[in-house]
Amino acid sequence: MADLSVDFVGIKAPNPFWLASAPPTDKAYNVERAFRAGWGGVVWKTLGEDPPVVNVSGPRYGAIHGPDRRVIGFNNIELITDRPLEVNLREIKEVKRKWRDRAMVVSLMVPCTEESWKAILARVEETEADGVELNFGCPHGMSERGMGSAVGQVPEYVEMVARWCKQHTRMPVIVKLTPNVGDIRKPAEAAKRGGADAVSLINTVNSIMHVDLDAMSPWPHTGGKGTHGGMCGPAVKPIALNMTAEIARSEVTRGMPISGIGGIETWKDAAEFMALGAGTVQVCTAAMVYGFKIVEEMKSGLSDWMDQKGYSRVSDFVGRAVPNVTDWQYLNLDYAVKASIDQDACIKCGRCHIACEDTSHQAITNMVDGVRKFEVIEEECVGCNLCAVVCPVENCITMVPLENEVDKRTGRMVDGSYRNWTQHPNNPMAKEPVAYDTDAALEPAE
Amino acid sequence: MSTHPDISAGRLPAADIEAGFGDLHPALDRNEARVASERCLFCYDAPCIQACPTSIDIPLFIRQISTGNAEGAAKTILDANIFGGMCARVCPTETLCEEACVRMAEGKPVEIGRLQRYATDALFSTGRQLYRQGAATGARVAVVGAGPAGLSCAHKLATLGHTVDVYEARAKAGGLNEHGIAAYKTTDGFAQAEVDFVMGVGGITLHAGKRLGRDVTLAGLAAEYDAVFLGVGLQAVNALGIEENGLANIEDAVAFIERLRQTSDLASLPVGRKVIVVGGGMTAVDAAVQAKKLGAEEVTLVYRRGADAMPASKYEQEVALTNGVVIRHFARPYAVKGEGGVLASVLFMRTAIEAGKLVDTGETFELPADQLFKAIGQVFLPTDVADESAVLELEGGKIKVDAEGRTSLPKVWAGGDCTRGKDLTVVAVEDGKQAALSIDRALAARMPVAAE
Repeated sequence: MADLSVDFVGIKAPNPFWLASAPPTDKAYNVERAFRAGWGGVVWKTLGEDPPVVNVSGPRYGAIHGPDRRVIGFNNIELITDRPLEVNLREIKEVKRKWRDRAMVVSLMVPCTEESWKAILARVEETEADGVELNFGCPHGMSERGMGSAVGQVPEYVEMVARWCKQHTRMPVIVKLTPNVGDIRKPAEAAKRGGADAVSLINTVNSIMHVDLDAMSPWPHTGGKGTHGGMCGPAVKPIALNMTAEIARSEVTRGMPISGIGGIETWKDAAEFMALGAGTVQVCTAAMVYGFKIVEEMKSGLSDWMDQKGYSRVSDFVGRAVPNVTDWQYLNLDYAVKASIDQDACIKCGRCHIACEDTSHQAITNMVDGVRKFEVIEEECVGCNLCAVVCPVENCITMVPLENEVDKRTGRMVDGSYRNWTQHPNNPMAKEPVAYDTDAALEPAE
Repeated sequence: MSTHPDISAGRLPAADIEAGFGDLHPALDRNEARVASERCLFCYDAPCIQACPTSIDIPLFIRQISTGNAEGAAKTILDANIFGGMCARVCPTETLCEEACVRMAEGKPVEIGRLQRYATDALFSTGRQLYRQGAATGARVAVVGAGPAGLSCAHKLATLGHTVDVYEARAKAGGLNEHGIAAYKTTDGFAQAEVDFVMGVGGITLHAGKRLGRDVTLAGLAAEYDAVFLGVGLQAVNALGIEENGLANIEDAVAFIERLRQTSDLASLPVGRKVIVVGGGMTAVDAAVQAKKLGAEEVTLVYRRGADAMPASKYEQEVALTNGVVIRHFARPYAVKGEGGVLASVLFMRTAIEAGKLVDTGETFELPADQLFKAIGQVFLPTDVADESAVLELEGGKIKVDAEGRTSLPKVWAGGDCTRGKDLTVVAVEDGKQAALSIDRALAARMPVAAE
């Protein structure tokens, strides 16, 4: 059976599934329930300076629902912990002493002065916690006070605070990044320059979930007024995966430990983050929606998949997909696929046809010999994948690569050759143009 | 046998009878409707639309439900089928839209019928009227028969600006919706509420108690009006082909159903202890199940062929069985026995299919009975439309019409059960709608500048 244990910047845990700094990790009661349920570690909900912040007593959460009211996007306007610092520190110490094998990381957010950081780090060290995570991510509330994403959006601040923290503690320092930036590599590079041991990402995405059309205000609202909150949940996973990959493959930050966060609900979500370079993953929304038990599926799923693939420990596959993330300009323009519809699996809903017909390439029939039938017209199919995406039956439509055959749309022989945009004759900036039969490429085949 | 014939009212406590005649399909609540609506895939050129005789845009109305716009969904339904509320209750959806649903691939279609009911109920609960009479054209049309075909035609004509007089032989409008469908399919006076909604468009005048051939004539109507639509339905019940010896308690199932629908107190309605229904269609099932619900102890439905051949849908057969009706296949009545002038038992001959033909096997059995209901189909009586001056062509015993509902007479259209085609409410509604559109085209051609 695969070994799920991790050693993340010196922090050991029995598995890579940690609870992110959020409501589920605000109290000893919840954290102990999580540990009993099998979570490998927690990032304790962000501590700040006393007096504690005050939360609204109106709704703190909003959501986008999919079919069956599945929560696919979730947002919050909750601030950092609203309990006294002393209470949190005492509980952290008690829980860590009871659960020695679990990772106990403490999230921190204090004003941008060296004294503030120095003071709180000393107190956290006394709890025997395994590390700290600097919350430079929250986009709501605290950012208005110059903390959270207000820091994360300025690489110079990220570097400065990371450096202070490394100077004033022996604990590993993880910098949590906000996705509310133009280029995620900049704050990650700053964290590295400041000496941070790792980055974790993403924090939540700035968002208004709905508009209440009766109240004519954001929904949810606090007595008629609403504000932007931080969104997480499955809908943000693609954003988080891309940002994770950008950091993992950037020359400057390559190899920097990453804790992946953003819409992780299943073992598969976790494995995807890890394949893109995350050494651990952090979960919040899925736990808040389904409870702590979901970790059982995550652990067994990851373990079973690793067994199938022959990975004996997580480090065997962490980062394995990173070399295959590239720039568009290096994609092989000589590669070609065609959609293929499994007629036995097809339920004849016609969505592939209408999607292609109305919005794309007119490459799928709706009628063949007077019978309702959906077939790919290879002469028109550009292999865009839209049909497969809209098909309600999994694996009914697949994209089949052409191998040593003529692409009926372009008339070009697809023979496994490689030519990217930097080499393409249509690119005026091509570095090493490859001879190209323009006529064959542009004229559709008969 | 001193109790024979054992026919009495109040066989069950009134509360049990009331519960038994409650809604066959409990309405979906808001959450159930949302869950059901989210299963619709919004198919292109959806097979369910093709399967609906009235071509309701089903994916659109279901999408409207899923976005919280149930009243908009109702408008989508009613634009195509003004009796969408009743059709949601009585359509054999399992052989129409739901059979065509692509999700049948998973063995469970989208619950189109119940969603249609949800949407139309949502609209009717508001009391809103969606339609109004069109700008007056000056044309006058007579509609004969206030059933689904006639009222569908009248409604469409009214929206197109024509003035409509509806002649109805019965005291109430609604046709079979009001008189011929089991009570548990249309509870809480829905049939009349729907008629009121349809008539509420304006421009339609109901002349109740006016029977064609008695109070008005086809020739008279054709002379007085710019067009006539015949939606007269079927007037007679097929005979069993046996000597009934004038015995009491042998009755047409449709008469029993009509009596049941029109009573204000079900508990006061007498029913036999042992009831036999002969036939295999919806009417047979409706009569059998309702007899059972009134408290009949033994209800036996006897059909001359097998289950697969029954005109009643599989679902209807299930309703009969789950309500305790015994269904006996492959038997036909060949004689009745009486006692003191009233029915005592029915004698049956077993039948079989041999070389594709239904034949008697010679084997017989006898079932004691207090009541016998005949439900072996209804027929069109041409005498009412017969007129010395106008000869209406028939086809297969019914009024001959073309695809638009035109009869052999120039100003006369017809539709519904009195013409050929499936005897379904939804088909009658479509017939009426199409005939109205055809009448409108004909009137427009005749009076091109009438609107100027």
